[in-house]
Amino acid sequence: MRFIFKTDYDQDIRLIRHGGQVFWYGALLAVLLAAPWLLPEYFVSQITFMFIYGIVGLGLMLLSGYTGQISLGHAAFLAVGAYAEALLAENGWPFPASLAVAALLGAATGVVVGLPALRVRGIYLAIATMAFGFILEEVMARWESVTGGNSGKQVGAVSLFGWHLDTEAGFYYLCLALAVAVTFLMLNLLRSPTGRAFVAIRDSEISAQSMGIHLARYKTVSFALSAAITAIAGALYAHKLRIVTPEQFTILQSIEMVMMVVVGGLGSIHGAFFGAAFLIALPQAIVLVKDYLPDSIGQATGLQPTVFGLILVGFILFEPLGLYGRWIKVRSYLELFPFYRRGMFRRQKAFMKSERLK
Amino acid sequence: MTMLKVENLSVAFGGVRAVSNVSFEVGQGEVYTLIGPNGAGKTTIFNLISLIYPPSAGRIVFEEQDLARMAPHRIARMGIARTFQNIELFEHATVLQNLLIGRHVHRRTSLAAELLFLPSVRRAERESRLAAERVIELLELQHYRDTLVAGLPYGIRKVVELARALCTRPKLLLLDEPSSGLNVEETDDMAFWIEDIRDDLGVTVLMVEHDMGLVSRVSDRVLALNYGEAIAEGKPEEVQAHPAVIEAYIGTAAT
Repeated sequence: MRFIFKTDYDQDIRLIRHGGQVFWYGALLAVLLAAPWLLPEYFVSQITFMFIYGIVGLGLMLLSGYTGQISLGHAAFLAVGAYAEALLAENGWPFPASLAVAALLGAATGVVVGLPALRVRGIYLAIATMAFGFILEEVMARWESVTGGNSGKQVGAVSLFGWHLDTEAGFYYLCLALAVAVTFLMLNLLRSPTGRAFVAIRDSEISAQSMGIHLARYKTVSFALSAAITAIAGALYAHKLRIVTPEQFTILQSIEMVMMVVVGGLGSIHGAFFGAAFLIALPQAIVLVKDYLPDSIGQATGLQPTVFGLILVGFILFEPLGLYGRWIKVRSYLELFPFYRRGMFRRQKAFMKSERLK
Repeated sequence: MTMLKVENLSVAFGGVRAVSNVSFEVGQGEVYTLIGPNGAGKTTIFNLISLIYPPSAGRIVFEEQDLARMAPHRIARMGIARTFQNIELFEHATVLQNLLIGRHVHRRTSLAAELLFLPSVRRAERESRLAAERVIELLELQHYRDTLVAGLPYGIRKVVELARALCTRPKLLLLDEPSSGLNVEETDDMAFWIEDIRDDLGVTVLMVEHDMGLVSRVSDRVLALNYGEAIAEGKPEEVQAHPAVIEAYIGTAAT
């Protein structure tokens, strides 16, 4: 058990709290940097996907986990980023410029989608964002002159300052760098007034407003940032798959994203990456065990969605804080051994709430 | 000097006249208390001042400015902070984070600067923490600084909410039943703090309260309401002895 004696406000402001974190995050980074040499190409490619989904997770985490706004249309932002990148790369734009444009376009879309969030909430917001997702899916399929319709659009390798990142390892490092950068920006945001305003909106709109937080502005900012981050992931996604088609960005994709942040753990940065790792690893695991199951189950259609659904329900019922919550519990168990109690993380429920805004 | 002036304030929800034609003035540096039986319209007046809903008629003037033309989130910036009857804290944040959210009205940094956490943001953060720490010291919350609000007992939450309101550096503090749900000792502490807030911090307090012991101890003036109407105003003991107030609380003698 580690006790930190605080003597300075900077100790709370700093991102790294103690030496142990330097060691462990350093070790993680070292392993990730060495991975392309150590692992076969297939695994490197899977970890690249994990970074991309991790960035998506960060974007959705900001909106759902920290601002408390539901979105069932996040695949649309991924699509905006992917198509923007595909088009701009085709016209020979350098990657940093096209990435920036993709992010800005994503942010602009986010502002538009965020408009209903200023009026509706909860399930209604989910429906509004889902409707937006459907609209954009149609647009992608029908606007053939730009999007290439249902046959989609080919995307080349990333060209960065004259290099062509057409190897698996090169692209891996690019995704790693962007994942780290986005994480860093998120952490900064969350330790400053804007991030706290998001949390305030999530936990109680009425008192956020009475603390002087402009609800409409901050919700819009949250939607814009979330969409921009997701669009950045979309740009990487386009390069990773080398093709963009409308069926990559359906409602199912949006639901998988929501599942990712819920399973990972709402309201934590770790949760975004845990969720991404889970989302990548689960289909692989299903494929692995499929052959050992009786045919009536193993060969059944819809096995994967069923397993996904069961796991989501399981997490909501038994571990609302997701994998991150589980991780915290395991860690406390080890730190406090043998004094860990089962009820330690049980929270008191407050049933009284004063009147809500509309 | 008058700080808050409420003139002929009325609000009706459908056929229910929750507040009708109430007028009062709160002077600078005063503790002014609204009392009255349940449903008298006390909290409604608070919600009208916080612009949670608009009045049907009448005006609320704070420091010469008519609040009707304000956006709800501007109220805090003007120097009015409030607490809620049923506690509206940010549950999944620590006590310190709750207090820092109270510092939001003093935010000067831009979004871009915050994303990069420029030195200006770091400086502003240190200042916010210093200000929050002063409030923590005043209300003796040191022990709970890093605890999640979701795990705190009721009495402490009440104090945290008061602390969060103080972090905005208000000129006028609206306290909605500060002693509800507190035990005798905690109520006693609350009374001390309200006096300190008025005398040492120079904050004017407008309070809704049921505990007559607390009311007579800290209030300079009291306004009694019943069915949305003002029935008596004056010093605590005068209002308590007023026949209309006694009638509102316990009814008239059988004849």
